[in-house]
Amino acid sequence: MIREEFSFGASVMHRLDPRLKLLAATGFSIVVALSTRWMALAGALIFASVLLMFARLPVKSVGPRLFAVNAFVGLFWVMLPLSVSGSPLYSAGPVSVSLEGFALAGRLTLKSNSIVMAFMALAATSSIGALGAAMNRLRFPEKLTLLFLLTYRYLFVIQEEYERLKRAALMRGFKPKTDLHTYRTYAYWIAVLFVRASARAQRVQDAMTCRGFSGKFHTLREDEWTFRDSAWSVVLTAMVLVLVMVEWSPVSCS
Amino acid sequence: MLIELENIHFSYSGHPPVFKEMSFALKPGEKVGMVGPNGSGKSTLLHLIMGLLKPSAGTIRLFGEKAETEKTFQKARMRIGLLFQNADDQLFSPTVIEDVAFGPLNMGVGTADARRRARETLEALNLTDHANRITHRLSGGEKKLVALATVLVMQPEVLLLDEPTTGLDEATYRRIVEILQKIEASCIIVSHEYDFLALTTRTVYALKEGKIDYNGDSSLLHSHYHFHPGGVVPHSHS
Repeated sequence: MIREEFSFGASVMHRLDPRLKLLAATGFSIVVALSTRWMALAGALIFASVLLMFARLPVKSVGPRLFAVNAFVGLFWVMLPLSVSGSPLYSAGPVSVSLEGFALAGRLTLKSNSIVMAFMALAATSSIGALGAAMNRLRFPEKLTLLFLLTYRYLFVIQEEYERLKRAALMRGFKPKTDLHTYRTYAYWIAVLFVRASARAQRVQDAMTCRGFSGKFHTLREDEWTFRDSAWSVVLTAMVLVLVMVEWSPVSCS
Repeated sequence: MLIELENIHFSYSGHPPVFKEMSFALKPGEKVGMVGPNGSGKSTLLHLIMGLLKPSAGTIRLFGEKAETEKTFQKARMRIGLLFQNADDQLFSPTVIEDVAFGPLNMGVGTADARRRARETLEALNLTDHANRITHRLSGGEKKLVALATVLVMQPEVLLLDEPTTGLDEATYRRIVEILQKIEASCIIVSHEYDFLALTTRTVYALKEGKIDYNGDSSLLHSHYHFHPGGVVPHSHS
Protein backbone atom coordinates (compact mmCIF):
# COMPACT_ATOMS: atom_id res chain seq x y z
CA MET A 1 0.00 0.00 0.00
CA ILE A 2 2.71 2.46 1.02
CA ARG A 3 5.99 1.11 -0.22
CA GLU A 4 8.17 4.08 0.66
CA GLU A 5 10.35 3.18 -2.30
CA PHE A 6 11.81 6.68 -2.48
CA SER A 7 13.01 6.55 1.11
CA PHE A 8 15.77 4.10 0.22
CA GLY A 9 18.81 5.78 -1.21
CA ALA A 10 22.02 7.53 -0.36
CA SER A 11 21.71 10.84 -2.18
CA VAL A 12 22.31 14.12 -0.41
CA MET A 13 18.53 14.55 -0.14
CA HIS A 14 18.26 11.21 1.65
CA ARG A 15 20.93 12.21 4.11
CA LEU A 16 19.53 15.60 5.08
CA ASP A 17 17.88 15.95 8.47
CA PRO A 18 14.16 15.12 8.06
CA ARG A 19 13.26 18.19 10.14
CA LEU A 20 14.96 20.48 7.64
CA LYS A 21 13.32 18.70 4.72
CA LEU A 22 9.89 18.85 6.31
CA LEU A 23 10.18 22.57 7.01
CA ALA A 24 11.61 23.31 3.56
CA ALA A 25 8.90 21.32 1.78
CA THR A 26 6.20 23.05 3.79
CA GLY A 27 7.61 26.56 3.28
CA PHE A 28 8.19 25.98 -0.43
CA SER A 29 4.65 24.64 -0.93
CA ILE A 30 3.01 27.56 0.85
CA VAL A 31 4.93 30.13 -1.19
CA VAL A 32 4.25 28.32 -4.46
CA ALA A 33 0.58 27.86 -3.66
CA LEU A 34 0.21 31.60 -3.05
CA SER A 35 2.27 32.75 -6.06
CA THR A 36 0.66 34.03 -9.25
CA ARG A 37 3.48 35.57 -11.30
CA TRP A 38 4.82 33.46 -14.13
CA MET A 39 8.43 34.20 -13.21
CA ALA A 40 7.92 32.94 -9.68
CA LEU A 41 6.10 29.83 -10.85
CA ALA A 42 8.71 29.06 -13.49
CA GLY A 43 11.41 29.57 -10.88
CA ALA A 44 9.62 27.19 -8.54
CA LEU A 45 9.49 24.52 -11.23
CA ILE A 46 13.21 24.92 -11.88
CA PHE A 47 14.09 24.79 -8.18
CA ALA A 48 11.92 21.71 -7.66
CA SER A 49 13.54 19.98 -10.65
CA VAL A 50 16.97 20.74 -9.27
CA LEU A 51 16.03 19.27 -5.89
CA LEU A 52 14.62 16.21 -7.62
CA MET A 53 17.88 15.78 -9.51
CA PHE A 54 19.81 15.92 -6.26
CA ALA A 55 17.54 13.21 -4.83
CA ARG A 56 18.48 10.91 -7.73
CA LEU A 57 15.22 9.01 -7.61
CA PRO A 58 14.56 6.29 -10.19
CA VAL A 59 13.03 7.90 -13.28
CA LYS A 60 10.89 4.81 -13.77
CA SER A 61 9.01 5.58 -10.54
CA VAL A 62 9.01 9.37 -10.76
CA GLY A 63 7.52 9.38 -14.26
CA PRO A 64 4.29 7.54 -13.48
CA ARG A 65 3.69 9.72 -10.43
CA LEU A 66 4.04 12.94 -12.38
CA PHE A 67 1.85 11.41 -15.06
CA ALA A 68 -0.86 10.73 -12.49
CA VAL A 69 -0.75 14.34 -11.32
CA ASN A 70 -0.83 15.74 -14.83
CA ALA A 71 -3.60 13.44 -16.00
CA PHE A 72 -5.71 15.03 -13.29
CA VAL A 73 -4.45 18.53 -14.09
CA GLY A 74 -5.30 17.84 -17.74
CA LEU A 75 -8.96 17.98 -16.81
CA PHE A 76 -8.51 21.62 -15.82
CA TRP A 77 -7.11 22.44 -19.27
CA VAL A 78 -10.47 21.35 -20.63
CA MET A 79 -12.72 22.77 -17.94
CA LEU A 80 -11.16 26.10 -17.00
CA PRO A 81 -11.03 27.76 -20.46
CA LEU A 82 -14.73 26.99 -20.80
CA SER A 83 -15.78 28.11 -17.34
CA VAL A 84 -13.54 31.09 -16.49
CA SER A 85 -14.89 34.30 -17.91
CA GLY A 86 -12.57 36.75 -19.65
CA SER A 87 -11.46 37.78 -23.09
CA PRO A 88 -12.68 35.08 -25.49
CA LEU A 89 -10.14 33.44 -27.75
CA TYR A 90 -12.80 31.63 -29.64
CA SER A 91 -16.52 31.42 -29.29
CA ALA A 92 -19.25 29.39 -30.87
CA GLY A 93 -22.74 30.22 -29.76
CA PRO A 94 -22.99 30.01 -25.97
CA VAL A 95 -19.59 28.31 -25.69
CA SER A 96 -16.53 30.52 -25.42
CA VAL A 97 -12.95 29.70 -24.64
CA SER A 98 -11.14 32.29 -22.56
CA LEU A 99 -7.51 33.24 -22.40
CA GLU A 100 -7.78 33.68 -18.65
CA GLY A 101 -8.93 30.07 -18.35
CA PHE A 102 -5.81 28.84 -20.13
CA ALA A 103 -3.64 31.06 -17.97
CA LEU A 104 -5.19 29.66 -14.83
CA ALA A 105 -4.75 26.10 -16.04
CA GLY A 106 -1.13 26.91 -16.83
CA ARG A 107 -0.47 28.28 -13.36
CA LEU A 108 -2.15 25.26 -11.83
CA THR A 109 0.08 22.92 -13.83
CA LEU A 110 3.25 24.72 -12.77
CA LYS A 111 2.19 24.87 -9.13
CA SER A 112 1.11 21.26 -8.78
CA ASN A 113 4.17 19.90 -10.54
CA SER A 114 6.55 22.03 -8.48
CA ILE A 115 4.94 21.05 -5.21
CA VAL A 116 4.76 17.34 -6.02
CA MET A 117 8.37 17.33 -7.21
CA ALA A 118 9.57 19.20 -4.13
CA PHE A 119 7.74 16.74 -1.87
CA MET A 120 9.21 13.80 -3.75
CA ALA A 121 12.69 15.24 -3.35
CA LEU A 122 12.32 16.38 0.25
CA ALA A 123 9.61 14.43 2.08
CA ALA A 124 9.50 11.13 0.21
CA THR A 125 13.23 10.62 0.68
CA SER A 126 12.62 10.03 4.38
CA SER A 127 10.76 7.03 5.75
CA ILE A 128 7.37 7.64 7.33
CA GLY A 129 8.87 6.74 10.68
CA ALA A 130 11.60 9.35 10.28
CA LEU A 131 9.05 11.99 9.25
CA GLY A 132 6.90 11.16 12.30
CA ALA A 133 9.91 11.52 14.57
CA ALA A 134 10.80 14.80 12.86
CA MET A 135 7.25 16.09 13.38
CA ASN A 136 7.56 15.19 17.03
CA ARG A 137 10.92 16.92 17.41
CA LEU A 138 9.57 20.02 15.67
CA ARG A 139 6.88 20.10 18.38
CA PHE A 140 3.99 19.33 16.08
CA PRO A 141 0.88 18.55 18.15
CA GLU A 142 1.43 15.05 19.56
CA LYS A 143 -2.02 13.90 18.55
CA LEU A 144 -1.30 14.71 14.92
CA THR A 145 2.05 12.94 15.00
CA LEU A 146 0.57 9.83 16.60
CA LEU A 147 -2.34 9.85 14.19
CA PHE A 148 0.10 10.07 11.30
CA LEU A 149 2.25 7.20 12.53
CA LEU A 150 -0.62 4.94 13.60
CA THR A 151 -2.47 5.49 10.32
CA TYR A 152 0.64 4.42 8.47
CA ARG A 153 1.03 1.34 10.66
CA TYR A 154 -2.56 0.15 10.56
CA LEU A 155 -3.38 0.88 6.93
CA PHE A 156 -1.64 -2.41 6.18
CA VAL A 157 -3.66 -4.27 8.78
CA ILE A 158 -6.92 -2.82 7.46
CA GLN A 159 -5.88 -3.68 3.93
CA GLU A 160 -5.19 -7.27 5.01
CA GLU A 161 -8.58 -7.42 6.63
CA TYR A 162 -10.17 -6.14 3.44
CA GLU A 163 -8.33 -8.75 1.37
CA ARG A 164 -9.54 -11.48 3.73
CA LEU A 165 -13.16 -10.33 3.38
CA LYS A 166 -12.80 -10.16 -0.37
CA ARG A 167 -11.28 -13.63 -0.61
CA ALA A 168 -13.98 -15.08 1.62
CA ALA A 169 -16.63 -13.59 -0.66
CA LEU A 170 -14.92 -14.73 -3.86
CA MET A 171 -14.55 -18.26 -2.46
CA ARG A 172 -18.30 -18.38 -2.12
CA GLY A 173 -18.88 -17.38 -5.71
CA PHE A 174 -19.31 -13.62 -5.34
CA LYS A 175 -19.09 -11.84 -8.70
CA PRO A 176 -19.32 -8.05 -8.59
CA LYS A 177 -22.11 -6.81 -10.87
CA THR A 178 -24.15 -3.65 -11.15
CA ASP A 179 -26.89 -4.79 -8.83
CA LEU A 180 -28.21 -4.33 -5.35
CA HIS A 181 -26.61 -7.53 -4.09
CA THR A 182 -23.16 -6.24 -5.09
CA TYR A 183 -23.72 -2.82 -3.55
CA ARG A 184 -25.00 -4.38 -0.35
CA THR A 185 -21.96 -6.65 -0.18
CA TYR A 186 -19.62 -3.69 -0.62
CA ALA A 187 -21.50 -1.79 2.06
CA TYR A 188 -21.13 -4.75 4.43
CA TRP A 189 -17.39 -4.86 3.77
CA ILE A 190 -17.00 -1.20 4.56
CA ALA A 191 -19.14 -1.57 7.69
CA VAL A 192 -17.13 -4.55 8.90
CA LEU A 193 -13.87 -2.72 8.25
CA PHE A 194 -15.07 0.24 10.32
CA VAL A 195 -16.20 -1.96 13.19
CA ARG A 196 -12.96 -3.94 13.18
CA ALA A 197 -10.83 -0.83 12.90
CA SER A 198 -12.55 0.70 15.88
CA ALA A 199 -12.21 -2.50 17.95
CA ARG A 200 -8.58 -2.69 16.98
CA ALA A 201 -8.00 0.92 17.91
CA GLN A 202 -9.27 0.07 21.38
CA ARG A 203 -6.93 -2.92 21.66
CA VAL A 204 -3.95 -0.93 20.42
CA GLN A 205 -4.68 1.75 22.97
CA ASP A 206 -4.94 -0.90 25.69
CA ALA A 207 -1.60 -2.33 24.63
CA MET A 208 -0.03 1.12 24.73
CA THR A 209 -1.55 1.83 28.14
CA CYS A 210 -0.11 -1.44 29.45
CA ARG A 211 3.35 -0.30 28.48
CA GLY A 212 2.99 2.93 30.36
CA PHE A 213 1.72 5.26 27.64
CA SER A 214 -0.08 8.24 29.06
CA GLY A 215 -0.23 10.67 26.15
CA LYS A 216 3.36 11.80 25.99
CA PHE A 217 5.01 10.55 22.83
CA HIS A 218 8.74 9.90 22.99
CA THR A 219 10.92 9.20 20.04
CA LEU A 220 14.05 7.13 19.83
CA ARG A 221 15.39 8.79 16.72
CA GLU A 222 17.84 11.58 17.16
CA ASP A 223 19.30 12.64 13.88
CA GLU A 224 22.42 14.65 14.37
CA TRP A 225 22.35 18.10 12.79
CA THR A 226 25.47 18.22 10.63
CA PHE A 227 27.33 20.86 8.69
CA ARG A 228 25.66 19.51 5.56
CA ASP A 229 22.26 20.31 7.09
CA SER A 230 23.35 23.85 7.93
CA ALA A 231 24.66 24.42 4.42
CA TRP A 232 21.51 23.06 2.81
CA SER A 233 19.25 25.00 5.11
CA VAL A 234 20.91 28.15 3.71
CA VAL A 235 20.38 26.93 0.14
CA LEU A 236 16.76 25.94 0.73
CA THR A 237 15.93 29.15 2.56
CA ALA A 238 17.51 31.13 -0.28
CA MET A 239 15.38 29.26 -2.82
CA VAL A 240 12.20 30.10 -0.97
CA LEU A 241 13.28 33.72 -0.43
CA VAL A 242 14.07 34.18 -4.13
CA LEU A 243 10.56 32.98 -4.96
CA VAL A 244 9.07 35.33 -2.37
CA MET A 245 11.03 38.26 -3.80
CA VAL A 246 10.11 37.51 -7.39
CA GLU A 247 6.45 37.14 -6.48
CA TRP A 248 6.06 40.06 -4.12
CA SER A 249 8.58 42.62 -5.34
CA PRO A 250 6.88 45.85 -6.48
CA VAL A 251 8.41 45.59 -9.97
CA SER A 252 6.29 43.42 -12.14
CA CYS A 253 8.35 40.93 -14.03
CA SER A 254 5.58 38.83 -15.51
CA MET B 1 1.31 -11.85 47.21
CA LEU B 2 1.95 -10.20 43.89
CA ILE B 3 -1.61 -10.21 42.70
CA GLU B 4 -4.72 -10.72 44.78
CA LEU B 5 -8.26 -10.68 43.48
CA GLU B 6 -11.04 -10.91 46.03
CA ASN B 7 -14.71 -11.55 45.35
CA ILE B 8 -14.55 -9.98 41.93
CA HIS B 9 -17.75 -9.37 40.03
CA PHE B 10 -17.60 -8.39 36.41
CA SER B 11 -19.91 -8.31 33.43
CA TYR B 12 -19.85 -6.68 30.02
CA SER B 13 -22.89 -4.45 29.66
CA GLY B 14 -25.90 -6.34 28.40
CA HIS B 15 -24.31 -9.75 28.99
CA PRO B 16 -24.50 -12.29 31.80
CA PRO B 17 -21.72 -11.86 34.38
CA VAL B 18 -18.29 -13.22 33.49
CA PHE B 19 -17.13 -13.37 37.12
CA LYS B 20 -19.16 -13.90 40.27
CA GLU B 21 -17.37 -13.83 43.62
CA MET B 22 -14.17 -14.78 41.87
CA SER B 23 -10.97 -14.91 43.91
CA PHE B 24 -7.44 -15.67 42.86
CA ALA B 25 -3.92 -14.99 44.07
CA LEU B 26 -0.49 -15.16 42.52
CA LYS B 27 2.52 -15.71 44.77
CA PRO B 28 6.07 -14.59 43.90
CA GLY B 29 7.83 -17.11 41.68
CA GLU B 30 4.64 -18.89 40.75
CA LYS B 31 4.00 -19.96 37.19
CA VAL B 32 0.37 -20.57 36.64
CA GLY B 33 -1.57 -21.84 33.67
CA MET B 34 -5.15 -20.78 33.10
CA VAL B 35 -7.52 -22.93 31.11
CA GLY B 36 -11.18 -22.59 30.27
CA PRO B 37 -13.55 -22.65 27.33
CA ASN B 38 -13.97 -19.70 24.97
CA GLY B 39 -15.82 -16.88 26.62
CA SER B 40 -15.05 -18.08 30.15
CA GLY B 41 -13.23 -14.82 30.87
CA LYS B 42 -9.55 -15.71 30.49
CA SER B 43 -8.63 -12.50 28.68
CA THR B 44 -11.02 -10.54 30.88
CA LEU B 45 -9.09 -11.74 33.93
CA LEU B 46 -5.82 -10.39 32.52
CA HIS B 47 -7.43 -7.09 31.56
CA LEU B 48 -8.88 -6.71 35.07
CA ILE B 49 -5.42 -7.20 36.57
CA MET B 50 -4.00 -4.53 34.25
CA GLY B 51 -6.81 -2.10 35.06
CA LEU B 52 -8.04 -1.98 31.48
CA LEU B 53 -11.40 -3.17 32.78
CA LYS B 54 -12.87 -2.31 36.14
CA PRO B 55 -14.77 -4.84 38.29
CA SER B 56 -18.25 -3.89 39.47
CA ALA B 57 -17.46 -5.25 42.92
CA GLY B 58 -14.52 -6.77 44.76
CA THR B 59 -10.95 -5.73 45.42
CA ILE B 60 -7.78 -6.01 43.41
CA ARG B 61 -4.48 -5.81 45.26
CA LEU B 62 -1.28 -5.44 43.27
CA PHE B 63 2.05 -5.82 45.08
CA GLY B 64 0.20 -5.47 48.37
CA GLU B 65 -1.40 -2.18 47.40
CA LYS B 66 -5.12 -1.81 46.83
CA ALA B 67 -5.62 -0.89 43.19
CA GLU B 68 -8.63 1.27 42.51
CA THR B 69 -7.49 4.43 40.81
CA GLU B 70 -5.82 4.77 37.43
CA LYS B 71 -2.74 6.05 39.24
CA THR B 72 -2.14 2.84 41.19
CA PHE B 73 -2.66 0.81 38.05
CA GLN B 74 -0.23 3.02 36.15
CA LYS B 75 2.41 2.28 38.77
CA ALA B 76 1.66 -1.43 38.70
CA ARG B 77 1.79 -1.59 34.89
CA MET B 78 5.49 -0.77 35.10
CA ARG B 79 5.97 -4.05 36.98
CA ILE B 80 3.46 -6.26 35.13
CA GLY B 81 3.82 -7.11 31.46
CA LEU B 82 0.89 -8.24 29.34
CA LEU B 83 1.43 -10.02 26.05
CA PHE B 84 -1.66 -9.53 23.91
CA GLN B 85 -3.23 -12.31 21.96
CA ASN B 86 -2.69 -10.50 18.67
CA ALA B 87 0.83 -9.20 18.16
CA ASP B 88 -0.41 -6.67 15.60
CA ASP B 89 -2.19 -4.87 18.42
CA GLN B 90 1.02 -4.60 20.35
CA LEU B 91 3.42 -3.51 17.63
CA PHE B 92 2.51 -0.05 16.43
CA SER B 93 5.84 1.68 15.94
CA PRO B 94 7.44 1.98 12.49
CA THR B 95 10.47 -0.16 13.38
CA VAL B 96 11.19 -3.03 15.76
CA ILE B 97 13.76 -1.17 17.85
CA GLU B 98 11.41 1.79 18.33
CA ASP B 99 8.64 -0.50 19.47
CA VAL B 100 10.85 -2.33 21.95
CA ALA B 101 12.10 1.00 23.31
CA PHE B 102 8.56 2.40 23.68
CA GLY B 103 8.04 0.94 27.19
CA PRO B 104 11.39 2.06 28.62
CA LEU B 105 10.87 5.57 27.16
CA ASN B 106 7.52 5.73 28.93
CA MET B 107 9.23 4.62 32.14
CA GLY B 108 11.27 7.79 31.87
CA VAL B 109 14.72 6.35 31.16
CA GLY B 110 16.61 8.48 28.64
CA THR B 111 16.83 7.84 24.91
CA ALA B 112 20.30 6.31 25.06
CA ASP B 113 19.34 4.05 27.94
CA ALA B 114 16.12 3.00 26.25
CA ARG B 115 18.00 2.15 23.09
CA ARG B 116 20.59 0.14 25.04
CA ARG B 117 17.91 -1.81 26.90
CA ALA B 118 16.02 -2.51 23.70
CA ARG B 119 19.21 -3.80 22.04
CA GLU B 120 20.01 -6.03 25.01
CA THR B 121 16.53 -7.52 25.03
CA LEU B 122 16.58 -8.16 21.29
CA GLU B 123 19.98 -9.78 21.70
CA ALA B 124 18.75 -12.00 24.52
CA LEU B 125 15.90 -13.18 22.33
CA ASN B 126 18.14 -13.63 19.30
CA LEU B 127 16.32 -10.90 17.39
CA THR B 128 19.18 -8.46 16.84
CA ASP B 129 18.98 -8.82 13.06
CA HIS B 130 15.42 -7.54 13.11
CA ALA B 131 16.13 -4.32 15.05
CA ASN B 132 15.67 -1.96 12.11
CA ARG B 133 13.00 -3.87 10.27
CA ILE B 134 9.57 -2.37 9.68
CA THR B 135 7.16 -3.98 12.14
CA HIS B 136 4.34 -4.70 9.73
CA ARG B 137 6.67 -6.55 7.40
CA LEU B 138 7.59 -9.17 10.01
CA SER B 139 6.18 -12.69 9.74
CA GLY B 140 3.58 -13.89 12.25
CA GLY B 141 6.14 -15.75 14.35
CA GLU B 142 8.58 -12.84 14.31
CA LYS B 143 5.81 -10.47 15.36
CA LYS B 144 5.04 -12.67 18.36
CA LEU B 145 8.68 -12.80 19.46
CA VAL B 146 9.12 -9.04 19.03
CA ALA B 147 5.89 -8.45 20.98
CA LEU B 148 7.35 -10.58 23.76
CA ALA B 149 10.52 -8.47 23.60
CA THR B 150 8.48 -5.26 23.98
CA VAL B 151 7.12 -6.66 27.24
CA LEU B 152 10.32 -8.24 28.58
CA VAL B 153 12.36 -5.07 28.00
CA MET B 154 10.46 -3.49 30.90
CA GLN B 155 11.77 -6.27 33.16
CA PRO B 156 8.39 -7.11 34.61
CA GLU B 157 8.05 -8.97 37.89
CA VAL B 158 4.86 -10.54 36.61
CA LEU B 159 4.18 -11.67 33.09
CA LEU B 160 0.65 -12.18 31.78
CA LEU B 161 0.41 -14.05 28.51
CA ASP B 162 -2.81 -14.27 26.53
CA GLU B 163 -2.73 -17.39 24.36
CA PRO B 164 0.89 -16.91 23.37
CA THR B 165 1.06 -19.90 21.01
CA THR B 166 -1.94 -19.48 18.74
CA GLY B 167 -1.00 -19.76 15.12
CA LEU B 168 2.73 -20.23 15.69
CA ASP B 169 4.92 -22.60 13.74
CA GLU B 170 6.92 -25.32 15.48
CA ALA B 171 10.19 -23.36 15.64
CA THR B 172 8.66 -20.19 17.13
CA TYR B 173 6.64 -22.33 19.54
CA ARG B 174 9.81 -23.96 20.82
CA ARG B 175 11.56 -20.61 21.19
CA ILE B 176 8.68 -19.21 23.23
CA VAL B 177 8.81 -22.30 25.45
CA GLU B 178 12.58 -21.88 25.94
CA ILE B 179 12.22 -18.19 26.78
CA LEU B 180 9.43 -18.82 29.29
CA GLN B 181 11.34 -21.66 30.94
CA LYS B 182 14.34 -19.38 31.51
CA ILE B 183 12.41 -16.38 32.72
CA GLU B 184 12.39 -15.49 36.42
CA ALA B 185 9.20 -13.42 36.47
CA SER B 186 6.04 -14.95 37.85
CA CYS B 187 3.61 -15.84 35.09
CA ILE B 188 -0.03 -16.31 34.37
CA ILE B 189 -0.38 -18.04 31.04
CA VAL B 190 -3.76 -18.34 29.39
CA SER B 191 -3.79 -21.14 26.85
CA HIS B 192 -5.79 -23.91 25.27
CA GLU B 193 -2.71 -25.97 24.68
CA TYR B 194 -2.15 -28.38 27.53
CA ASP B 195 1.24 -29.50 26.24
CA PHE B 196 2.43 -25.91 26.27
CA LEU B 197 1.20 -25.32 29.83
CA ALA B 198 2.82 -28.57 30.96
CA LEU B 199 6.14 -27.25 29.64
CA THR B 200 5.94 -23.72 30.98
CA THR B 201 3.89 -23.73 34.20
CA ARG B 202 3.74 -25.62 37.46
CA THR B 203 0.11 -25.31 38.48
CA VAL B 204 -3.05 -24.97 36.49
CA TYR B 205 -6.28 -23.21 37.30
CA ALA B 206 -9.54 -23.56 35.45
CA LEU B 207 -12.15 -20.89 34.84
CA LYS B 208 -15.59 -22.29 35.32
CA GLU B 209 -18.94 -20.63 35.88
CA GLY B 210 -17.48 -17.29 36.84
CA LYS B 211 -14.92 -18.64 39.28
CA ILE B 212 -11.31 -19.78 39.23
CA ASP B 213 -10.55 -23.23 40.64
CA TYR B 214 -7.28 -24.91 41.38
CA ASN B 215 -7.03 -27.69 38.86
CA GLY B 216 -3.83 -29.45 39.79
CA ASP B 217 -0.25 -29.89 38.83
CA SER B 218 0.71 -28.96 35.24
CA SER B 219 2.78 -32.12 34.84
CA LEU B 220 -0.47 -34.06 34.76
CA LEU B 221 -1.54 -32.14 31.69
CA HIS B 222 -1.02 -33.45 28.25
CA SER B 223 -3.16 -33.80 25.21
CA HIS B 224 -3.98 -37.26 23.99
CA TYR B 225 -3.31 -38.38 20.52
CA HIS B 226 -3.52 -42.06 21.51
CA PHE B 227 -6.51 -44.21 22.36
CA HIS B 228 -6.69 -43.91 26.05
CA PRO B 229 -7.20 -47.40 27.41
CA GLY B 230 -4.64 -48.78 25.00
CA GLY B 231 -1.92 -46.29 25.95
CA VAL B 232 1.37 -48.01 26.71
CA VAL B 233 2.78 -45.42 29.07
CA PRO B 234 1.13 -45.77 32.45
CA HIS B 235 -0.30 -42.51 33.74
CA SER B 236 -3.08 -41.21 35.92
CA HIS B 237 -5.46 -38.26 35.87
CA SER B 238 -6.85 -36.10 38.59
